[in-house]
Amino acid sequence: MSQWLTLVARNILRHRLRTSLTLVGLIVAILAFGVLQTVVKTWYAGVDGAVPSRLLTRNAVSFTLPLPKSYQKRISAVEGVRRVTHLSWFGGVYKDSKNFFPQFAIDAASYLDMFPEILVPDDVRRAFLHERRGAIVGRKLARRYGFKPGDVIQLRGTIFPGNWEFLICGVFDGRDPKTDTSQLFFRWDYLNETLRVRSKAQADQVGVFAVDVAGLDSVADVSQAIDQVFRNSLAETLTETERAFQIGFVKQTEAILISIRVVSFVVIFIILAVMANTMAMTARERLREYATLKAIGFSPGYVARLILGESILIASIGGAIGIGLTPPVAAHLAELSATLFPTLIVSANTVMLQALAAVVVGILAAVLPMRRAARVNIVDGLRALG
Amino acid sequence: MTVLHLSEARTGEDVLIALSDVSKSYRRGAQIVPVLSRLTFDIRRKEFLALMGPSGSGKSTMLNLIAGIDSPDHGSIKVGGEDITLLPEAELADWRAANVGFIFQFYNLMPVLTALENVELPLTLTDLGRRERRDRAQFALGLVGLSDRVKHLPSELSGGQQQRVAIARAIVTDPTLLVADEPTGDLDRQSAKEVLEIMQRLNRDMGKTIVMVTHDHRAAAHAKRIMSLEKGDLSYLVEQRLE
Repeated sequence: MSQWLTLVARNILRHRLRTSLTLVGLIVAILAFGVLQTVVKTWYAGVDGAVPSRLLTRNAVSFTLPLPKSYQKRISAVEGVRRVTHLSWFGGVYKDSKNFFPQFAIDAASYLDMFPEILVPDDVRRAFLHERRGAIVGRKLARRYGFKPGDVIQLRGTIFPGNWEFLICGVFDGRDPKTDTSQLFFRWDYLNETLRVRSKAQADQVGVFAVDVAGLDSVADVSQAIDQVFRNSLAETLTETERAFQIGFVKQTEAILISIRVVSFVVIFIILAVMANTMAMTARERLREYATLKAIGFSPGYVARLILGESILIASIGGAIGIGLTPPVAAHLAELSATLFPTLIVSANTVMLQALAAVVVGILAAVLPMRRAARVNIVDGLRALG
Repeated sequence: MTVLHLSEARTGEDVLIALSDVSKSYRRGAQIVPVLSRLTFDIRRKEFLALMGPSGSGKSTMLNLIAGIDSPDHGSIKVGGEDITLLPEAELADWRAANVGFIFQFYNLMPVLTALENVELPLTLTDLGRRERRDRAQFALGLVGLSDRVKHLPSELSGGQQQRVAIARAIVTDPTLLVADEPTGDLDRQSAKEVLEIMQRLNRDMGKTIVMVTHDHRAAAHAKRIMSLEKGDLSYLVEQRLE
């Protein structure tokens, strides 16, 4: 190990309490930064996971308003459309209103065919298609509430009145970690038949049509063609790509996302100030040592590099620990947040941002102390108290 | 003991350091405080010179000028024929590394480095390999009688031992000139005596030119010559030659 590295490494252990506290601050800051960035990224997960050949057709006024189920045939007839399915937001309450999780009424067979990212075992699929009150639940949701096949659960309708009983047919998994497994799917025909009895006005309607387009080149044309079919009808449609739909959804919470992003960078700025203060104190205390080094022939650059090395080393250690802690903390947070964040997976991009933040903090915190130490007048420095 | 005047000190002998018309002042707020005024004198090669004088007389300033860690307002300082006042900062640092060994009052060792690593430190500025650096550092520590303390940190050594490590660090690059600013100022009498005897040995046996600033007459008595800078009359330098 070079003498420079020896000095740098041993210097960080000189004030163990100070270094430890700075490290703790760095770890918390890099961890918080990573978790907040992951939260923002997760919010956009639906956008990232959108399939380019899938279109979503919704009511042009608002996606909260339904469309007639009868549109499905007319959409299927549009040139370029390969398959059409539909899903409807149910919005039921499980036992207590705080137990939020997404529930969708779907056309089981066509929906599962068109959304291959939802992995349903064959026997579960058969049971689901067979049982009119059947429902399938995602792995995370099943784990959270202890749902298992054969359970009968009851949801209290908020959009659709009354209590609704469902038989859990099985559990589905996600094809990749980003797939939301905190959802419950049940059969739309069960919903619709019940509504015909309970609330006729709500029957024969769906929330959104999902359209599988034959070729990527025709996505825009198909989108326009679908909306053209329903122009000047009672329920005009707005057809957009799954990605655009997700962005529109996310945009409603954009202010929150911007705030989270800002906070994540504020955290880094605060730790930068703390780190800069630590390095300034360090440099001030060691002025006599730096003056001695310069007196015996070391260059101002060498002295500056001692401080820079120490700062970067501390920042790197703190950064590495912070980065290492981010995935387990994010996973724990995802569990705690119930179904708000289906998954909190730390991306490689976030890890790189964390590492970059740590290194930048290390460099910037050292700038002023480096300058001071490099410029210290030898005679004045030798007089400084050690 | 004979007393010589300044003019007598400039002889044809082998001069290592020649100060010519050197002035130095410091700014204290708006006030300019003259410290050295038009000082001219020589220090001969293999000299062991003690610089004495009351506080504020300018002896440390003179030592700093000779060592090349401060620059005069006026005049020239030639060491080995080279005018160090003309050297740019980077070259001056190289010159110090090659030609000057420093011994400070408070030792100024790197507290995180062992005795051996402290002594080795100046050698990292040379082209020497790691093994040779280690060997030389161990040899230097042997010269000051600390072969058995190589792995000790400064905090594990007494004041006298720390100063001996500092002396080893000062001589490890085999410089021509050793400058010592109150080297015994922080030591008990016995440790001071040991340190001064080492310095005498370095001067006598290894031919090192030593310039030492001290308040202590007992310490000064170890030098071959004593010069006194008299406060209030900076142009007048008294030289005492010890026989």
